[in-house]
Amino acid sequence: MLRYVVPLAIFAVIGLFFLRGLWLNPSYVPSPLVGKPVPTFSLPDVEDTSATVSSADLLGRVALVNVWGTWCVECRHEHGFLVELARAGVPIFGLNVRDDRVAAGKWLARLGDPYVSSGFDPEGKVAIDWGVTGAPETFLIGSDGTILHKHISPLTPFVWQRDFVPLLREHCGPSDCAFLAAVGAR
Amino acid sequence: MTRLASLLALCLLFASPVLAFDTEAEFDDPVLNERYRSLIREIRCPKCLNESIAESHAPVAADLRREVRRLIGEGASDDEVKTFLSSRYGEFVLYRPPVSPATWALWGGPFVFLGVGGFVFWRILKTRRDQPIDEDFPA
Repeated sequence: MLRYVVPLAIFAVIGLFFLRGLWLNPSYVPSPLVGKPVPTFSLPDVEDTSATVSSADLLGRVALVNVWGTWCVECRHEHGFLVELARAGVPIFGLNVRDDRVAAGKWLARLGDPYVSSGFDPEGKVAIDWGVTGAPETFLIGSDGTILHKHISPLTPFVWQRDFVPLLREHCGPSDCAFLAAVGAR
Repeated sequence: MTRLASLLALCLLFASPVLAFDTEAEFDDPVLNERYRSLIREIRCPKCLNESIAESHAPVAADLRREVRRLIGEGASDDEVKTFLSSRYGEFVLYRPPVSPATWALWGGPFVFLGVGGFVFWRILKTRRDQPIDEDFPA
């Protein structure tokens, strides 16, 4: 009896692990920064060299921080949705990494500029402080400057509804996030 | 001769991962260089699946190598470099994560399996030893 039960039990345990593995995303790396205050930074604006973008700009209301670059194909893919969110009133700050100012300016002129402002980080130094592994990545920042969520890969309407809207409902004050009426209820 | 040449070519083919990195500036001090090289082999690239930042061509791996070089150059210890990286990218990037409740299974698992295997081995030996030797059926 035991000689049948033991191999079956081992098979069942290994099988359960493999079954679980089928549904895991190997490229999903949880960020230790979620729940922590945003890393402090100050960067020149990607378009206006005299202006700066800093971590202090993120405080005061719920905002998105989007990591992008003109070399990033998937950023192009999500750009239209970012423009749509910005039109609805979502404050989006950009972190432009390993890019070229001229190319970035052309990109924004041609595809539309969804950003309140974009920090220019050609060497990816601020990106490292934010634990950025590539682009696109999108962070949701609470009004007190806490990182509420990090999304790796393009931001799509599906991901927005599934991951961002519930967090916004939870963290927006009664008068904040008027944009939810336009891009929240679906 | 052609066989020897093709064998050599084959060897070089498999040697390419070894040559993958380090076109970047290094330290003049061989001790620092050695520390740098062994550290980047212990740090997992957060973007790629199971490659160290020493092996990876991902842009983030190049950036992390640069940060490791900068920190070592500024006199940081190996632990300080690892803390710097794991506070940003999580313990995911450490090939040897510290022992904590989250990593007990990882560190203890091999010993549990060794114990189970040892027990099974002992059981088999014991049953075999207790079996009467069948004289009519020579091996």
